[in-house]
Amino acid sequence: MQRIGVFICHCGTNIAATVNVEKVTEALRKEPCVVFADNYQYMCSENGQQLIKNKIKEYNLTGIVVCACSPRMHEGTFRKTAEAAGLNPYMVEIANIREQCSWIHKDIDEATEKAVILGRTAIAKLTLNTPLTAGETGVTKRALVIGGGIAGIQCALDIADAGYEVDIVEKRPTIGGRMSQLDKTFPTLDCSACILTPKMVDCAQSEKIKLFTYSEVEEVKGFVGNFKVKIKKKARYVDETKCTGCGVCMANCPSKKGLNAFNMNLNTRPAIYIPFAQAIPNVAVIDPEQCIKLKTGKCGLCQMKCGVGAIDYTQKDEYVDREYGAIVVATGFKPIDLTNFNEYGYADNKDVITSLELERLMNAAGPTKGVLLRPSDNEHPKVITFIQCVGSRDVSGCGKPYCSKICCMYTAKHAMLIREKYPDTEVHVFYIDVRTPGKNYDEFYRRAVEQYGVDYIKGMVGKVYNENGKLMVQGSNLLDNTQVVIPSDLVVLATAIEPDPSVRDIASKLTISIDTNNFLTEAHAKLKPVECATAGVFLAGVCQGPKDVPETVSQASAAASKVIGLLAKDKLKGNPCVAHSDEMMCTGCSQCARVCPYGAITYEDKTFGRGANATVRRVAVVNPAVCQGCGACTVTCPSGAMDLHGFSSSQILKEIDFICKK
Amino acid sequence: MQEITENKEFKPLIVAFCCNWCSYAGADLAGSSRLSYPANVKIIRVPCSCRVNPIFILKAFQRGADGVILCGCHPGDCHYSEGNYRTRRRMSLLFSMLNYLGIEKERTRVEWVSAAEGAKFSAVMNDFVKTITALGENKKLEDLRCKSKN
Amino acid sequence: MQIQELVLHKAEEYLASGKVDRVLAWKKGETFYDNSPAIFTKDNLNGFVYNEFCAPNLSKYLVNESKKEGKILVFLKPCDTYSFNQLVSEHRIDREKIVVIGLECQGMLDEKKIYNLGFKRIEKVEDGLDNIIITADGQQVQIKREELLSVKCVDCKSKEFAVADETIVVNEMKQPDKNSRFSVVSELEKMTEEERFKFWQNELSKCIRCNACRNVCPACTCTHCVFDNNKSGIAGKANSDSFEEKLYHIIRAYHVAGRCTDCGECSRVCPESIPLHLINRKFIKDINDNYGEFQAGKTVSEHNPLVDYTKGDCEPKEMVGK
Repeated sequence: MQRIGVFICHCGTNIAATVNVEKVTEALRKEPCVVFADNYQYMCSENGQQLIKNKIKEYNLTGIVVCACSPRMHEGTFRKTAEAAGLNPYMVEIANIREQCSWIHKDIDEATEKAVILGRTAIAKLTLNTPLTAGETGVTKRALVIGGGIAGIQCALDIADAGYEVDIVEKRPTIGGRMSQLDKTFPTLDCSACILTPKMVDCAQSEKIKLFTYSEVEEVKGFVGNFKVKIKKKARYVDETKCTGCGVCMANCPSKKGLNAFNMNLNTRPAIYIPFAQAIPNVAVIDPEQCIKLKTGKCGLCQMKCGVGAIDYTQKDEYVDREYGAIVVATGFKPIDLTNFNEYGYADNKDVITSLELERLMNAAGPTKGVLLRPSDNEHPKVITFIQCVGSRDVSGCGKPYCSKICCMYTAKHAMLIREKYPDTEVHVFYIDVRTPGKNYDEFYRRAVEQYGVDYIKGMVGKVYNENGKLMVQGSNLLDNTQVVIPSDLVVLATAIEPDPSVRDIASKLTISIDTNNFLTEAHAKLKPVECATAGVFLAGVCQGPKDVPETVSQASAAASKVIGLLAKDKLKGNPCVAHSDEMMCTGCSQCARVCPYGAITYEDKTFGRGANATVRRVAVVNPAVCQGCGACTVTCPSGAMDLHGFSSSQILKEIDFICKK
Repeated sequence: MQEITENKEFKPLIVAFCCNWCSYAGADLAGSSRLSYPANVKIIRVPCSCRVNPIFILKAFQRGADGVILCGCHPGDCHYSEGNYRTRRRMSLLFSMLNYLGIEKERTRVEWVSAAEGAKFSAVMNDFVKTITALGENKKLEDLRCKSKN
Repeated sequence: MQIQELVLHKAEEYLASGKVDRVLAWKKGETFYDNSPAIFTKDNLNGFVYNEFCAPNLSKYLVNESKKEGKILVFLKPCDTYSFNQLVSEHRIDREKIVVIGLECQGMLDEKKIYNLGFKRIEKVEDGLDNIIITADGQQVQIKREELLSVKCVDCKSKEFAVADETIVVNEMKQPDKNSRFSVVSELEKMTEEERFKFWQNELSKCIRCNACRNVCPACTCTHCVFDNNKSGIAGKANSDSFEEKLYHIIRAYHVAGRCTDCGECSRVCPESIPLHLINRKFIKDINDNYGEFQAGKTVSEHNPLVDYTKGDCEPKEMVGK
């Protein structure tokens, strides 16, 4: 017979104002097995927890029920409390009488009655609880970072700095990501390459960091501390160990019409190429869609010209199996597709460009060698109009409902840089709001307006159309309530950003949830911003939500510190609320393994009985370290042999009984 | 009008199974947003909607529940990646069977409620209570013995 | 030669050669209709029979028999072969130890239907393929076979053997009409909820919880049945109320959903003649209509509509009552 203590929380007035806690206490005290019941103002407070600890000892309690807020809030707290008083932490049940009772009901009698029922139900469930002990598993002291942009780079460097091995898997041929495409960075206007490339080089040189570029995560198995990942190294057709990055192959390649993705397709590159001069690794790669040799079998010029014999047309995709203790997702972003936005004429006018394209046009390593020339005729644009919030804060369904966060600042940056370099250029900016929260951000924006004379127009743009070679930007000026038409030479669209499409695949492989905008969901919006619901998986950068470089770097370091904290442990305590099979009842039908998303169930031929009565039966065995406790197997099992600790069938049936008691 | 007067006193008992990661959190959000729904809705927390055995649903009816609703993460968002897909098949077949045996199809429901959909949770529960109230007491699937005991 | 002799010869041949140690077949009962499953050995083939009253599906008996020493020969009618495959899929029987001989089946007969013809004393029932020749009360009458078919054979699902090492087929077996199988389910679906409830209330209230349906079902082979498990909350007890039998039959049907081959044994053995196969068949119809056509036991496979899913599956509300 259990000895149960019931603790009812007032939560200040949050519960006590709608639920008569005295009445609840009286009612629950009469329940079978209950030897103690009391209420207190704040059960989760130091004093409240002390009360629980004292009563556990005083009454020699075997289990406690706390009637308080949601178990999602304080179940962990009260389990620790119980444990500190020598009770098994899984002998704790929570009755949610705040979120699911006092906060939603107004009538005191009704809420009190419901609180009593919820309390009784929790007590009934607790009578069937058994002490559970979490299993322990080892930790592979190596981390995987998916994505080699600034988030992945910073994260890997921090983890390596703490002395742990870390692999970066990057799908492109080089690390560097979006930041490597930027010209200057706000708010200090230092050159992006100047601050990024040293970090890229650090990655390449670190003994702890291994780079898998032009690679993708193929398969993820295992669990926190023990992930097993299959990495697909796509064929480069160039031997990474031999290539010196001299560039002779690029100069000799006859197939030069490939679009240069690094330059936002504004110019072309050869079929064999190094994405950009500072690429890490500085190794060529062949685009198989474009290479004449790979497509027709004829050519082979690069192989002939290569001084070190690095070209290998027979190279195949390679698969590498690696083990990790933790995984960081840093898959970054891309500007949204603008096909839905006919009003800006992006598809029809070469001189309507995105901000990221402008970055390349202004970069010394870009298609125009840093001279600002418009794409249609390579002339200097004299009037440039920026349009902000293209696809951001757009609830029409064409764009994204969220603020892309970085556009206000980079538009101010672009406007300022253009006015600095080409003072005769007229710069207009259409904006809805200018959002500049950040250290030195508003000062930066004001400089653009006050010092550089950029014309900021509050209003939306209705249409961009071509009239006699001029791009007519038609919009409204909300401040003086007029319609304006600005004949421009170049129109720059501050395009919304969205998570890189690869994130969906990664999310399903890692079982991370995704929100409606394809951003990965953190474990808690406020308190666990870099963790995932899947233990051992962390988030960094724009894959979790829009953010600029400084914020991305902070988050990457935060994720790294979480990883380091995890890798520093020698043993991890598992979740004991896992499935288990009663071998006496199991029939070995194998249906449970079919529904297990984690591959936690295997089968063994087991001998039952002795001597002449011995029979061999096939039975299911659950690996508690792999099982995550979803319970899918328990329903598939026809004999009821499979059950779940913490949410056993008999416990749930008991809850049903008590809820339905009329 | 007559029907409505008849049902005025009838407060249906609703058992709601909610998955821990989405729907239970959605119910919590409904609470913290003070979005009310009738007190006769009682929630049972399960790790995943796929933990809900048809036996649980039948037992709830047997014990006198007038409606049973199962809430899980939206398809594609399951914390365990595929649990709710299994729930969808299982419950489709089970509810179809119950209806085949003559049980009103309105008495059983599956809804996908995310952790962010407190408003949806409250709206779904209000609607379900309204539907079941209009439908009246569950007589077809109730264990009279269980009821008289209490 | 009559099929009965061919089958017996086959059994004798296998036993004599030592290729098998035992034969699982049917043994003649006390009356003309009650042939029952039995094990035969080289030394004992007494009462061996194969005729139009050998309805019992022998597959399930292999669960225990294949655990024993030595090889065993089993005779399976076409519909029984599906149960056999399903049991192999579920690791319930050891295929290596079994020789499967597929047998011609023109549809088994229901003795109740013969008794219902009103004869006082039945002397002999003979199989004339399309007609059944009954000698009773001093006269001989011919009745059309389809009028006397066992409930499990009325809507035969297939005359194809899903598995067989050898077959014994003398007369051609006509493939049944595939669509007729679900006609009664469809009729029930067309009724109102109230009408359906009355229909099932009437049928299921006859249930005496004898467990015959469970015991004969080749899909019900759990080492310990959930209805015998006190922890399950639904442990078997005599029907104490109108809910109890419904719960039992729903759960039983649900447990075999996706695994039930529609062999019809449950309805055949029900002493109260409850059309239990109509419950299982509803699951099969729903699965076919919504998740693609599926016949359990057609092949040895762990594929099963209840352990699989697709991301585009319909919502419950799109299926229920449709």
